[in-house]
Amino acid sequence: MNRFSWFNVTSLTLGFAFLYLPMLILVIYSFNESKLVTVWAGFSTRWYGELFRNEEFLDAAWITLQVAFYSSTIATVLGTMAAYALVRGGRFRGRTLFSGMVYAPLVMPEVITGLSLLLLFIGLGMATGMLTVTLAHTTFSMAYVSVVVSSRLSTFDRSLEEAALDLGASPFEAFRLVTLPIIAPAVISGWLLAFTLSLDDLVIASFTTGPGATTLPIKVFSAVRLGVSPEINALSTILIAIVTVGVVTASLATKRQAIRQAREEKMGERGVA
Amino acid sequence: MAETAAKPKPKAKPMPHEGVFEPWNDPNAKPLIEFRNVTKRYGDFTAIDDLTLNIYEKEFFALLGPSGCGKTTMMRMLAGFESITQGRILLAGRDIGDVPPNKRSVNMMFQSYALFPHLSVWENIAFGLRRETKDAARITERVEEMLRLTRLEKFARRKPHQISGGQRQRVALARSLAKAPKLLLLDEPLGALDKKLREETQFELMDIQEKTGTTFVIVTHDQEEAMTVASRVAVMDEGRLVQVATPPVIYEAPNSIYVADFIGDVSLIQGKASARPETPVPAPPVSPTEDPAAKAAPAAMPEVPVASAAPLPDGRAPAPNVMGEWLHDKVLFPILGRRPPTPKALSAPDKAPAVPEPAPAPPESGTPESPPELPGGGLAIHWADGLDPLVAVNGDPALAGRTVTLAIRPEKVTISRDKPATDNAIEGTVIDIAYLGNISTYHVEIAGGVMVKAQMTNTRRIAKRDITWDDAVWIGFSATAGVVLDA
Amino acid sequence: MRKALVIAVPYLWLLALFLVPFLMVLKISLSDVALSIPPYTPQLDLTGGLAAIGEFFSQLDLENFVFLTSDDLYIKAYASSLTIAVISTFLTLLIGYPIAYAMARAAPEWRPTLLMLIILPFWTSFLIRVYAWMGILSNTGLLNQFLLWLGVISEPLEILNTNIAVYIGVVYTYLPFMILPIYATLERMDGSLLEAAEDLGCSRLSAFWLVTLPLSKTGIVAGCFLVFIPTLGEFVIPSLLGGSQTLMIGKVLFEEFLNNRDWPVASAVAVILLLILIIPIILFQRNEQRARELDQ
Repeated sequence: MNRFSWFNVTSLTLGFAFLYLPMLILVIYSFNESKLVTVWAGFSTRWYGELFRNEEFLDAAWITLQVAFYSSTIATVLGTMAAYALVRGGRFRGRTLFSGMVYAPLVMPEVITGLSLLLLFIGLGMATGMLTVTLAHTTFSMAYVSVVVSSRLSTFDRSLEEAALDLGASPFEAFRLVTLPIIAPAVISGWLLAFTLSLDDLVIASFTTGPGATTLPIKVFSAVRLGVSPEINALSTILIAIVTVGVVTASLATKRQAIRQAREEKMGERGVA
Repeated sequence: MAETAAKPKPKAKPMPHEGVFEPWNDPNAKPLIEFRNVTKRYGDFTAIDDLTLNIYEKEFFALLGPSGCGKTTMMRMLAGFESITQGRILLAGRDIGDVPPNKRSVNMMFQSYALFPHLSVWENIAFGLRRETKDAARITERVEEMLRLTRLEKFARRKPHQISGGQRQRVALARSLAKAPKLLLLDEPLGALDKKLREETQFELMDIQEKTGTTFVIVTHDQEEAMTVASRVAVMDEGRLVQVATPPVIYEAPNSIYVADFIGDVSLIQGKASARPETPVPAPPVSPTEDPAAKAAPAAMPEVPVASAAPLPDGRAPAPNVMGEWLHDKVLFPILGRRPPTPKALSAPDKAPAVPEPAPAPPESGTPESPPELPGGGLAIHWADGLDPLVAVNGDPALAGRTVTLAIRPEKVTISRDKPATDNAIEGTVIDIAYLGNISTYHVEIAGGVMVKAQMTNTRRIAKRDITWDDAVWIGFSATAGVVLDA
Repeated sequence: MRKALVIAVPYLWLLALFLVPFLMVLKISLSDVALSIPPYTPQLDLTGGLAAIGEFFSQLDLENFVFLTSDDLYIKAYASSLTIAVISTFLTLLIGYPIAYAMARAAPEWRPTLLMLIILPFWTSFLIRVYAWMGILSNTGLLNQFLLWLGVISEPLEILNTNIAVYIGVVYTYLPFMILPIYATLERMDGSLLEAAEDLGCSRLSAFWLVTLPLSKTGIVAGCFLVFIPTLGEFVIPSLLGGSQTLMIGKVLFEEFLNNRDWPVASAVAVILLLILIIPIILFQRNEQRARELDQ
């Protein structure tokens, strides 16, 4: 490293401390015995027990998981189709409007998305509930899926699809046998992104939900508004743990894969039998 | 204009030889592919302009040209990835304009190879077969056969990223040949390989083409590659065919400055043409003269078969061997066909290089004392005031009175300190010397600032070579060395 | 056939669930509030034929927009949203740039790990990340306890429920959006450029000013827009960390719509917010376009 490495080390240390300390504190205080969240009164897992006995939280969590699963799955299908249409569809009528609509939710304030969807559902006379939240989440998360999938599609060597056609595959077979397996990692990350966004969303869900379909973020928000609560700390810790394990595993797996691929390529170049 | 070079000229009768493969000279041969007035436009841009071309079965046909000349578009139209704006393309007599790519018995080897990264070598080769049959035994048999043909048996279970570039190239070839297509299209098939591997692979490709008897159409921008592998080469420019002919004809008898300049190295001398008398200058019966140009390079071959055609007084007439005949049919015929066969007494050098050898040296000391015979006919080109006109006996008399360009390959031009006894000799100054190891190319400036390149084999050590920068030198070439082009 | 289906399905979905709702917002912003369900008038009645449609359009007006300009609550909310977004974007840049720079200068084998550490919080719940600061910033929170213990202050600082807490919240939650694009441009930068600058007589600092900073401009601009655009319509951060005096348009909109049920005014607020957002969005896209062209 160069002469400025002390500067680099300092900024990295401070930066990561800033990013991780608040969460670390949250995790530590989730094991606090005291109900007063700012005073340490000894180690305890009491709040985890309370959390798992809280029917309301468990119901909300179950609803949230269902909404996230359905909306991310539909969003992945629709988002992949949209990406395919945009990258491979060539010119078609209304393409500009289409690409505008696909990407607009990325920059649209959630408040406006939620508000407009609620107006639609009321206009259609639909009862708000799990269905409407799922529809709303699908619409805004498909934009993210499209971005992820279309960036993979556009770096993808188009002659692979042409080769499949050339060898006698129908366009659908070419997609199923060649395109899909190759873009699969992007489709999976798109799904995960959509799932996380749905789990996380407060604003759109607040607008489009109805009685009996309170999602976890709504529940957390109303609890948190009144101040810090040790139960929420415990819930946050669980969520942070799940995400950390997931992301670390995924990145280790990709890293190992990359190393193996590099080694195999090197061997291949040498033509080792 | 393109077709004139490919087809036999009406005046000259085709001379079919047993075992010589040239269906384009056989009026009865049915072409496998026919482009009939094909035009392809993208908006205002015309990629292919009213193009007509026949390609015959078992041909190894090369489309050669700079990028953007339309060669890739032609190939993609054959594969079915591009639609045709106007005209028709027939494959074995059937119009394939509306046949989608997956229904054509045409396969393509992609420039990027387009190997499916998630499938093994074996599965890649089986991909096309699986689309047409469910018969596992047949698929296995055919895949194994292809693996044997391309010597990939050991790599069948590997994924594309686990093998080398050359092996990937062979997988791509095996995959596209697996379905036994009538026609195989190769898009810059060797572009991704390094030079050495490319040369090896060229021969492998020719070998496989011969073994399978498949018609190959190759797209390339590498003229050496096209010349090496192809039975015929089509030189393209801006969506048109400029010349379609065998590699020797393309090299020896380019039909335009564009082709002459695109293929190999060439010097161009412009001048005004005038017709020369038909009768040759009488020659002494026996005068073993050496034509330095004939020895200078294989490209000087035109002399040899002509000489062999006439019985020589000394009885040492070199009998035309197979190669000589081949050269005659392929090379000389289109060049010299126009000329009435005049008996000549020009004798061949003692050891006439009947087979092209890699550039034998022109020993300067061996420059002949007596000037060689000049056959009659052809053109005289007045290229500089006050200097002797250049003689080109193979020039088309129809060009007399026009401004023409004489195109000469550097290997057919000799360079010496003294005036050589060649048909044409010009004085000049050495401007630059490119030392390439086995040969050196001299850039000589002659009257009017024209640059002529002369090549010499470096048989002597560098210190013994006496020609250097700024030297006054003579360049010389024979009356048949150049090609007269309308300019 | 199939291609048409691939286009048609997402197209129709977006028309129905994105474009139509948005047009409804536009329409309602031109309507009047009414004590009915839905709480606005006029309502389009297609059974009445063309005359009814004409009647419908004649009742639309810009009254709500006029109302917005007359009530300085809204003007203040827009102004303070813009101010907060600008200031917090600048703060994020100030903190994010050195981190991105240090990441790009780190040893290559460390970079994927550093990158993962930057992205990790992004996968964690936004709500939780904002919530984490509530415990830290409150009067009895850890920050105040720490400062009191140090003896820097003798009374707890009022940080939670102020604009400062909002700035901290925005910087914290949007920091990855700033770091990633800057890191991407810095990492791509050819190291020999800096060597060339030094070779030509630049000091390290002036080489940074004259070479590194200009070359990372597209990343800086992209990062700033990625922070600025969502901050402008932010709701969660001002609601949890901001105080009663923190006015942000997202919060006003949320309350106007769900609590006051004044749909026409809320829609008008939304339309204006979008109009304000269009400018940075267009600038952002132009920046991206330029970055792509530079790449080629």
